[in-house]
Amino acid sequence: MDIKINGRTVSIEADPEMPLLWALRDIAGLTGTKFGCGIAMCGACTVLIDGEPVRSCSIALEDVSGDVTTIEALQGDDGALHVVQEAWIEQQVAQCGYCQSGQIMSAVALLANNATPTDADIDEAMSGNLCRCGTYPRIRAAIHTAAKKLAGA
Amino acid sequence: MGKLLRRTFLIGSAAIAGGVAVGFYMYKTPYPNPISADTAKGESVFNPFVKIAADNSVTIIVPRAEMGQGVVTTLSALVAEELDVELADVKTEFAPAADVYYNRAMLEEGAPFHVFDNSFIAEMTRDIQGVVAKFLAMQATGGSSSTIDAFDRMRTSGAAARAMLIATAADKWQVAAASLKTENGKVLDPALGRSIAYGELVTAAAEQEVPETITLKDPVDWRYLGKSQPRLDMAAKVTGKAGFGVDVRLPDMLFATVRMNPRQGAKMTGMDASAAEKVPGVVKVINLGTGYAVVADNTWTAFKAADLVTPQWAEATYPATTDAIFASIDAALKAGGGFNMRDDGDAPDAVAAASGKAIGARYTAPYLAHATMEPMNATAQWTDGKLAVWCGNQAPTSIVTQAGSVFGLSAGDITVHSTYLGGGFGRRFETDFSMLAARVAKEMDGKPVQVTWTREEDMRHDMYRPGAICEAAAVVDEQGVPSVEFRVASQSPIASTFGRLAGAITPPGNDKTIVDGLWDQPYALANYRVTGIEVDMDIPVGFWRSVGHSHNPFFHECFMDEIARSSGQDPLEMRLKLMQPYPAAVGAVQAVKDMSGWGTPLPADGVKSRGRGVAFCLSFGTWVAQVIQVADTDDGIRIEKVWCAADFGTALDPKNLEAQMMSGIIFGLSSAMGQEITFADGAVEQGNFDSYDAMRMNQSPDIQVRVLQTSGKMGGAGEPGTPPSLPALANAIFAATGKRIRQLPLSKEITFA
Ligand code: FES
Ligand code: FES
Repeated sequence: MDIKINGRTVSIEADPEMPLLWALRDIAGLTGTKFGCGIAMCGACTVLIDGEPVRSCSIALEDVSGDVTTIEALQGDDGALHVVQEAWIEQQVAQCGYCQSGQIMSAVALLANNATPTDADIDEAMSGNLCRCGTYPRIRAAIHTAAKKLAGA
Repeated sequence: MGKLLRRTFLIGSAAIAGGVAVGFYMYKTPYPNPISADTAKGESVFNPFVKIAADNSVTIIVPRAEMGQGVVTTLSALVAEELDVELADVKTEFAPAADVYYNRAMLEEGAPFHVFDNSFIAEMTRDIQGVVAKFLAMQATGGSSSTIDAFDRMRTSGAAARAMLIATAADKWQVAAASLKTENGKVLDPALGRSIAYGELVTAAAEQEVPETITLKDPVDWRYLGKSQPRLDMAAKVTGKAGFGVDVRLPDMLFATVRMNPRQGAKMTGMDASAAEKVPGVVKVINLGTGYAVVADNTWTAFKAADLVTPQWAEATYPATTDAIFASIDAALKAGGGFNMRDDGDAPDAVAAASGKAIGARYTAPYLAHATMEPMNATAQWTDGKLAVWCGNQAPTSIVTQAGSVFGLSAGDITVHSTYLGGGFGRRFETDFSMLAARVAKEMDGKPVQVTWTREEDMRHDMYRPGAICEAAAVVDEQGVPSVEFRVASQSPIASTFGRLAGAITPPGNDKTIVDGLWDQPYALANYRVTGIEVDMDIPVGFWRSVGHSHNPFFHECFMDEIARSSGQDPLEMRLKLMQPYPAAVGAVQAVKDMSGWGTPLPADGVKSRGRGVAFCLSFGTWVAQVIQVADTDDGIRIEKVWCAADFGTALDPKNLEAQMMSGIIFGLSSAMGQEITFADGAVEQGNFDSYDAMRMNQSPDIQVRVLQTSGKMGGAGEPGTPPSLPALANAIFAATGKRIRQLPLSKEITFA
């Protein structure tokens, strides 16, 4: 199966029913996307498909038709961080860090659709992403920081 | 001598203080240094915590697990401060499993004395526990103790290396060492205006004698400590590059999963694996005696094939249902006996017999799972009879001890590679996941195998926070001062945990974690009795973030609220009055009073009502008060605001401490709002976040934290935020609705928005 991942077409030899998450992690070697629950309840596996946030644990390879973007591709080719990643560093968001790839991908999708999200918008877009370390207050602050950076840019 | 000293190193606070009793001599014999230099990189090893290379790069060995609490940054700052190098530029490595990294502070916390009891006997016993820690050589991360344990040791290791670098420069320039200074990785000679980089000195410097005495910096001169530092692991964690256990990738690695008897610890009496073995990609199905493993060429195939095995499970050796389990706890409570951790003055019934009126209440708390974000996993490989294990873990030396016992290996044949942890909360103190990986890999002819558990397997095979029942009684005198009695029954986390650890001796005496949070609180009451009753059951229980302090403060602080209300006192003012001899407690309560506007009217715009609740808990040496504000809305209770004041004695990194308080609060509130592990037919009923959820972004309140530093003794950070959050919430719900909820989770009686 040919799948477009991070701008490259990758040929994946696997059962078409395999969820995208496991193809990314165990076959394509992209371990930045995490396994948390396997049932679309935690958001740790969030990737973008054509810019929309998708729980990669719950979409089969055969159903993936768009361009997949993972955390590994957020940095520019020159190594420059995405504005959301910069905001995450500025607010010192991550604790254990395990949920953060998924949090950041959800936030990137939110800001792409809504450049000035309100707290209610953030609640709506981010509630599918669990964080057992309780980094929510700083995630919220970082999304506002990123929005300000985007507005200034 | 220089060589011996260089290879061996032990400086703890006991050694620095000196004057330790003669019998301690043996214990002070240093452990060997396990760190070796990479000579290709021109590295020199100064001690078990510091390496410096010819290119000036400094590597700090971090002896504790990074599970989110920020130890990589704070412990590195301790070294960088004294070594005088740029913190942002240091490299860090997780320490190997080695005795020299034992955690003295953690076992000290286990001593049966109040944190505020600095009497001679208390100090002596803490020192003895330190001795025990060294003999047990537990390199463990727990008890909110990492920074306390490292404070002297890692600063000293940085200062010792700096002194050796200065001595080398002094030799080279033929000047007195005292005339030299250091600055950002260089030795300076101010008299002649010359300087030399550490990298040019390292080879000779590492051969210098370790100085006998070292003067640490005066805190007023601190450059990093006491100030918030950007986390050294942040960039890796926002780019997906931080390596967790599940991210280990080795050549020819296979992927596996396990399914163990859902009746904890019971045998598998048979299995039919034929369907699983036919799945393309499955390499092997392994009978593990109490369950099975499926090895495949990717994790998902292993998961899928594991579903196709039909096992026969033996019965549970403990009561099979939640009702039966709590009936056993209740029977133990009713049977009486137990141990008194506090027995001051008269019991309330005696006081009541004289004065008349007693109040009583009964509280319960459920079993809880840790539910770390990263499910349990480990990778193992056998090469020529030697075992290597890769995993995130809180106790590398326990893995060595356990593997030594299970496989008959000597310590030298076992290597532990510690990764980042996707959450610990006490769960990764255990060795079950690493031993299962080692057993599976043993069947795979030298190939490395990564064993990842499903979320369901993780939740159904935990070492749970034990369920507990508490009966409380009180009589209040005319001055509003209560006589109190608490009787609590639960399983013992200490007995259960040490029972699982090969070669470990269960510490003698009673398990004080059964009563922690009840007996150790700074209320000046003449009549104060706390009794713990240990319930003997086979359900595996363990350390869950703040341990006994995770549920007992709910009992204690809700009951204090009931006492205040029943005697017409303001619950916050009553605490200020009763805590009067303990300034750190008063300071914390006073701070949340000011921060929250306690006592001022709350608008009820758009909601049915609002209310504030207060609670306090001293745990792990940190004095924490919290006020929570809730609103009763059409959708249920909404937690709007949390104010937290925490006295850490010494605050090394305020912004990180703020993060730890927020984290502990959200962890505690998550459990209060709806978490409960229940049993049916001997198995845990919850399996995933659909049945065992945690707080989400839309429920997350505004949290304000004030960091205080007055107590005079450094406290921990990872756990103390959790304990007061549950009772503060329950007390706020009472204030808003008049509903007194005495059982956890609170969702049994009320809905959350
Ligand atoms: S792993 Fe996909 S949502 Fe949890
Ligand atoms: S940072 Fe640990 S789970 Fe979110």
